Amino acid sequence: MLDLIFYLLAVIALAASIAVIMVRDIFRAALCLIMLFMSVAGFFLLLHADFLAIVQVLIYVGAISILIIVAIMLTRDARHGLPLDNYKYWAGAVGLLLLIALAYGILNTTFTLPGTAPLEQTIQPIGQQLFGNGYVLPVEIAAVLLLSAILGAIAVLRDK
Amino acid sequence: MLEQFGYVGIFLLIATGFTVLIPLLPKLFKLMGLIPGKKTAAKLVQYECGMQTIGKTWVQFNFRYYYFAVLFVLLDMLTIFLYPWAVNIKDLGVGGLVAVGIFLVILAVGYIYAWRKGALQWK
Repeated sequence: MLDLIFYLLAVIALAASIAVIMVRDIFRAALCLIMLFMSVAGFFLLLHADFLAIVQVLIYVGAISILIIVAIMLTRDARHGLPLDNYKYWAGAVGLLLLIALAYGILNTTFTLPGTAPLEQTIQPIGQQLFGNGYVLPVEIAAVLLLSAILGAIAVLRDK
Repeated sequence: MLEQFGYVGIFLLIATGFTVLIPLLPKLFKLMGLIPGKKTAAKLVQYECGMQTIGKTWVQFNFRYYYFAVLFVLLDMLTIFLYPWAVNIKDLGVGGLVAVGIFLVILAVGYIYAWRKGALQWK
């Protein structure tokens, strides 16, 4: 059953990622990207990483895709994409190089599995660690980081 | 854990099935001879609320919308931190509440700054 779900998710992920680059309409490409993000969240669930799955849905499906869609809304006549013909061969060459590098890296890595089974629930231990067991200060520093991101966004985006 | 998310899978299946089934229903009824299926101009209009749009729908939106998108992304990051706290709010007790309170106060400074600078206002 889990294998079946995995292969279903893999087919969805591959089809969505191929659609992202093949679809001419850039808005539909963005929607296909959201589909890909959702299937990645499904992979996280299969790996017993429920917190990562929720982060994936909240951040990627919720926030990153909103940024992409708003960026598409802000551009004029970009809906049908750029005429990529000028860069077609260069893009192909760079893509091929990247594929070779990635394949080389993956094939030459020995993936070691941990001996213990993964935790059934990850959200509760993460919460205990973050707010209970001495990681409070890093959490507050993360808040300062987010604060600086807000201030930076306002400073960069403000109308002059 | 996976069993609980199985409900999400069932929900997904029902949602997908519903989306596929509803557009097929008129065709099915037509095959069964229940409805005549005559196409008139009014029937072929897209079912949407509001007025028919005039001109192109794909216009360039105002740049100020990007403010809200960026602030939304940052607020979303805040949710990631609040969620593990909210799941075991009882076990963490007062200490966790104080930690989250400080966290929210630090972030509130940013939002008050955005508010005072008029970033949330539509000019």
